[in-house]
Amino acid sequence: MTPAIETHALRKVYGRTVALDALDLHVEPGEVFGFLGPNGAGKTTAVKLLLGLTRPTAGEGTVLGRPIGDRTARGRIGYLPELFRYQAWLTAHEVLRLHAALAGLAPAARAAEIERVLTLAGLADRADERTGGFSKGMQQRLGLAAALLGDPALVILDEPTSALDPVGRGDVRAIIREARERGSAVLLNSHLLGEVERLCDRVAIVHHGRVVASGALGDLLGEPTVRLRVTDLPGGATAQDGPLAAFGPVALEDGWLAIRPIDPDRIPDLVATVVGLGARVHAVDPARRSLEDLFLDLVRGSADERPAR
Amino acid sequence: MTPRLVLAIAGLTVREFTRRRVLWVLLGLSLASVALVGWGVERLVSIARAEGAEELQVRIGVSQVLILIAFMFSFVLAMSAAFLAAPAIASDVETGTVHAMLARPLRRSDLVLGRWLGLSAVVAGYAVLSGALAIIVVRLVSGHAPPEPQVAVAFLALQAIAVLTLALALGSRLPSMAAGAITVVLFGLGWFAGVLGSVAIAFDAAPLAAATDIVRVLIPTDGLWRGVVYGLEPPVVLLLMEASNVQALQANPFFASAPPPAAFVAWSVAWVVLVLGAGIAAFGRREL
Repeated sequence: MTPAIETHALRKVYGRTVALDALDLHVEPGEVFGFLGPNGAGKTTAVKLLLGLTRPTAGEGTVLGRPIGDRTARGRIGYLPELFRYQAWLTAHEVLRLHAALAGLAPAARAAEIERVLTLAGLADRADERTGGFSKGMQQRLGLAAALLGDPALVILDEPTSALDPVGRGDVRAIIREARERGSAVLLNSHLLGEVERLCDRVAIVHHGRVVASGALGDLLGEPTVRLRVTDLPGGATAQDGPLAAFGPVALEDGWLAIRPIDPDRIPDLVATVVGLGARVHAVDPARRSLEDLFLDLVRGSADERPAR
Repeated sequence: MTPRLVLAIAGLTVREFTRRRVLWVLLGLSLASVALVGWGVERLVSIARAEGAEELQVRIGVSQVLILIAFMFSFVLAMSAAFLAAPAIASDVETGTVHAMLARPLRRSDLVLGRWLGLSAVVAGYAVLSGALAIIVVRLVSGHAPPEPQVAVAFLALQAIAVLTLALALGSRLPSMAAGAITVVLFGLGWFAGVLGSVAIAFDAAPLAAATDIVRVLIPTDGLWRGVVYGLEPPVVLLLMEASNVQALQANPFFASAPPPAAFVAWSVAWVVLVLGAGIAAFGRREL
């Protein structure tokens, strides 16, 4: 299957500033892909390159099987820019009509499609107001509606919840899930890790213009672990051939009993077994490395080895 | 080029000016100016006739007042054109409005062409409407009708289109303030070169005439203004000028003894095309 996005060593230099060093990205059709990185990592530059808004200094890439920036491919992409601004003197409905025309939607299908995305973005009852009077959150919803017009094969969302309250963020998660169900690939550009963790099938973490980690979230975050705070554990229970070995490799860490990795479904059985051995269980901590931990490790870890600028 | 998209952008541009009340403010102001002109010319004519002036004197006087009014109007029109066109692309880039649009299958050239078409329609429409209205009102109150009003109005519109093209092209690369300011300065320079060139011819200063000719070719707005004057100048004034044979009169920026040569008009149209093309090329290479 043609990948939604494929880039090889994509590079962008502005004067003496390396905005993007060498980006290798691969996004499958129909997946939600998280594009993560600290501010200034090159995320927005990468998105602009994919859309042809700026040209790469070096490297190459395809979007929906066409060279990056290609006009026919752009007809199948929905894009929410980081600085979402729409004509303040148009109503929300008129902005969407303009974008439907620019996207080349069949005239007969436009009205129904505009109603669909207005409802999806929660703007149906304010569609006839001028966008100049909209709050930032409303404008961002309008941008989302525009990005989803016409069921694009690829939706590129640059920080889609930066102006939204928690309710709005929840709505956006639902919208992204629905876009995936309708078959769109979604490139979600964000530094809100919780959001990415909840939504994305795979992620890439960029730092100083390079991908420093990428893959399925489960693989990146490592295997699930459980830690038990126990007292009165009989000696030998932690032995390699002891009664707990069947759950996984056992270790004692600062008074905590840790099994890593463990099948999360077996945690209740583990607790029952430990109690059965006569031990007292004070706490159970089903820990997994969070995306935030991983992110901080990667970003801090490479802070000392900045590429030459 | 995709004509459908060019027209969509042009329509959007026209709608922008009506929605942002620019068009209505301009029309309101010019209606007020035309009313004032009508009143003023009527007063002048009444007073002159009451004092027993010859009808020919009255008509010549009115024709010169009309040319002066046309000059002021052409100046206002050029300023309006510069300040409407300079931000047409520049401010869309500055605010980021253009990013969402250009991520669609819209060519940058189509965006610039659509903007140009919409601006030209608004500015030329405004020039034709206000110019025609002023000429009609003056005719009603004084009886004076310029010989070729359609020529005058056409040159007025062409001059405004030249100014807006320059401002739009500069704004495709520069911030809107800079594009507007540069356009106004160049327009002033063109006018200045026109006056200076006339003076140079009147006093036989060949090197100065050559220098100003170059500026008038590079910035054709003043040459187009001469077309407006020619369209408004009554033949009797031309005859009187020829009879008196005073060379210094050639230095008068409000006088034109001949229409701009066809080659100059052709060059002006080509100039608009070239400047617009340069703007499209510059915007095409711009990093957004």
